[in-house]
Amino acid sequence: MPLISAKILKGSYDVIIIGSGAGGGQAAYTLTLEGAKVLMLEAGGNYDPGTETPMFQTPGQAPLRGAPTPDMQNGFYDASRGSGWKIEGEPYTTASDKDGEKFEWWRARMLGGRTNHWAQVSLRNGPYDFKPYSRDGLGFDWPISYEDVAPYYDKVEMLIGVYGTNEGLENTPDSPSGCLLPPPKPKVSDLLFQKAGKSLGIPVVANHRAVLTQRLAFEKLPEKLHPGNAFAQRIVRDSMEQRAACFWATDCSRGCSIRATYQSTTVHLPPAMATGNLDLLPNAMAREITLGKNGKANGVTFIDKTTGGEAHASARAVVVAAGAMESVRLLLNSKSARFPHGLANSSGLLGKYIMDSVGISSTLGQIPLLENLPPHNEDGATWGHVYAPSWLYKEQLAGKLGFARGYHIDFKGGRKMPSLYTAAQMEGLPHCGYGTKYKEDFRRYYGSVVDLAGCGEMIPNEDCYCELDLKVKDKWGIPVLQFHWKWSQHEIRQAAHMQSTFTAIIQAMGGKTYRDLEASNAKPKIHSRTDATNAQTDGAKLIYNGGRGWHEVGGARMGSDPNKSVTNQWGQTHDVPNVVLADAASFVSNADKNPTLTIMALSWRAAEHLAEEMKKGIS
Amino acid sequence: MKEPSAVTPALSAAAPSQGIVDRRRAIKWMLTAAASAAILPRLARAGGYGPIPMPKGYGPSPDVQRIYKPGELWPLTFTSAQRRAATALCDTIIPADAESPSASQVGVVDFLDEWISAPYAPDGGEYSFQDDRALFLDGLAWLDGESVERFRKPFADLPNEQRSAICDDICNLARARPEFLQPAKFFARFRELTAGGFYTTPEGTKDLKYVGNVAMATFDGPPLEVLKKVGLA
Repeated sequence: MPLISAKILKGSYDVIIIGSGAGGGQAAYTLTLEGAKVLMLEAGGNYDPGTETPMFQTPGQAPLRGAPTPDMQNGFYDASRGSGWKIEGEPYTTASDKDGEKFEWWRARMLGGRTNHWAQVSLRNGPYDFKPYSRDGLGFDWPISYEDVAPYYDKVEMLIGVYGTNEGLENTPDSPSGCLLPPPKPKVSDLLFQKAGKSLGIPVVANHRAVLTQRLAFEKLPEKLHPGNAFAQRIVRDSMEQRAACFWATDCSRGCSIRATYQSTTVHLPPAMATGNLDLLPNAMAREITLGKNGKANGVTFIDKTTGGEAHASARAVVVAAGAMESVRLLLNSKSARFPHGLANSSGLLGKYIMDSVGISSTLGQIPLLENLPPHNEDGATWGHVYAPSWLYKEQLAGKLGFARGYHIDFKGGRKMPSLYTAAQMEGLPHCGYGTKYKEDFRRYYGSVVDLAGCGEMIPNEDCYCELDLKVKDKWGIPVLQFHWKWSQHEIRQAAHMQSTFTAIIQAMGGKTYRDLEASNAKPKIHSRTDATNAQTDGAKLIYNGGRGWHEVGGARMGSDPNKSVTNQWGQTHDVPNVVLADAASFVSNADKNPTLTIMALSWRAAEHLAEEMKKGIS
Repeated sequence: MKEPSAVTPALSAAAPSQGIVDRRRAIKWMLTAAASAAILPRLARAGGYGPIPMPKGYGPSPDVQRIYKPGELWPLTFTSAQRRAATALCDTIIPADAESPSASQVGVVDFLDEWISAPYAPDGGEYSFQDDRALFLDGLAWLDGESVERFRKPFADLPNEQRSAICDDICNLARARPEFLQPAKFFARFRELTAGGFYTTPEGTKDLKYVGNVAMATFDGPPLEVLKKVGLA
């Protein structure tokens, strides 16, 4: 992608966007197509999926068979660069080192952020998810309802391309006709999961994922997305036409050089660049949002990582989409006489009520029915093609679960490309040890292991927050975040419920969990953390650390009362309306639905509102 | 039968230095061996894995398109004796059969060497390369020592029946006798990585009849014969 350097910045921009992931990418797309002149600052390096994606490469061609290392923390072929749980020179701290009270933070320092390697799961929040307090008296309501966001969900689905079906399930919204692409056919393990779900009263339906099962309708969609804007329609049409349909090979977490998945770098940024209205500056680490004498933001001071020097860019408005926690950090570090505790923090709520998704380490099971199947290609769209949407609403409402809110189940199984993980899974199975018989066992078991994982809602609580660490700075001299974390009984009991449900599903599939296999064979396994957790049934031991759900959100929640929230419903901070949050920092709750689709819908809505205000001369 | 002296160079090549870490490690093996006095002299000579020779890995933005070979990015470790023992153990775990070659025939020993030579610190237990380095080098030394004790030859020179006599004692962690507990841990981890190395080669994926990783115009789901086999058609 053509980039600029800090030396050739224009004198002033309409908008500076900080961050290039789902939120920043969507804001850049919407604003540039509306004609705004935009500068995007990205703290990481440039990244081009067209030339840097390992399509078809096998683990045998990678160093260490593709195993994770401190350099590539999600494995060699994961679409991450300069990213991970730990980044050299850019620390964060936690108030406690104990499991369960720790917070772990994955940061993607690359163009496109985490959208390059995400799992593409694209679920709409339902009506309950915007009004959770009204439903059960816990947490907080959003200032908006599902109906306010629905038109933007429609638009995002049409733009990025999401496959799925409409099932009419409770709090699991259907999409209007023309929004969704047809789902891929289920794999055989998906079908067995579906059958087991049926016997247990758990719905198992097509997943919703941002993968093109067919080419986008580039003739029709641009007009629906940008009515009356011929300029936008032409550009979006060109961009859509260049995206190919999935060819059912290469793990989606590697990114996609043919642009069949949604990545900010393949879907949002190319049309934004094509408008000629976007300047894109990588290696630019925002340090502070600056204020003018009129009390409005007038630009951003940033570190040019290529030189280590500091620079400033000016604009009429600033959109912050650095990733929820990083956005909070930037505001906390933007101190002034008017805002001694951080920009837009007169409510004192900046950094408060941060959330993650609830989950436990994957629960593995071995299914004899899946042994020795005739060879067939099961790559598909990488993971399972189905999932179980959150389903326990009646029990939840009746208070029968022992915890509020719920979770959905992600599933995967099948004859995946063999990896080190395939061999690690084999260690947990009763095999004969070595020799030709061991090879026979390996053939028999290959493809018969399934993996269930939960993604559950966490209720915001006062013990989960971040603040500036008073002592520690990163290598650029910018104060870092310190995290405080504590799960409530709601999350802990939910984790235990996940474990027992997953076990029941595996048993209903005619299989055994690794835990049960271990018990029946008295054969402890020594190298997999999965089994260590399988051996535990106590939710507090099962639940993983905050942040390990990859869905950290909140810290600058939206609301209508400036004393009880940081932004309004359009992401504008109450204190400084030309500073707009366009990532998950403004989330009020964290539904079981993965946050990315909602980030994009809210970012589109926020950017559209900002563009209207700027046209009227308000912001 | 060869004289024991014939194997001495091999064993000593596997066990030069005796740093603090080596000794602590050796003591751990001894304790887990439940004070089996016979094993003690051998473990005193185990170790010799020393520091990782190079400080850096491939960095945070590697070229993911090219094909890498063990030894290109960082120097390898195995001495010729360790390599012989590792080769023999690899091929005992995954021997050649009608479907596919043995593990060592497709480069698994090089992969194991690359693995234990990787210049990455444990970082709070997240990365196991250095733990595996200690485990494997001690384990291979133990294996040769045990072979000499039982059969007066290093492991690589043993016929299959004698290799099996040793492997049967250590191939099942749950059933291993106390004096074989640590060797059994070594064996399990060595097997896991040997299999991981083997089944990620073209020969290994073919053995498993993995037929994916090819572009297709459509994804048609499981064939009828598959659905029939699981009772869904």
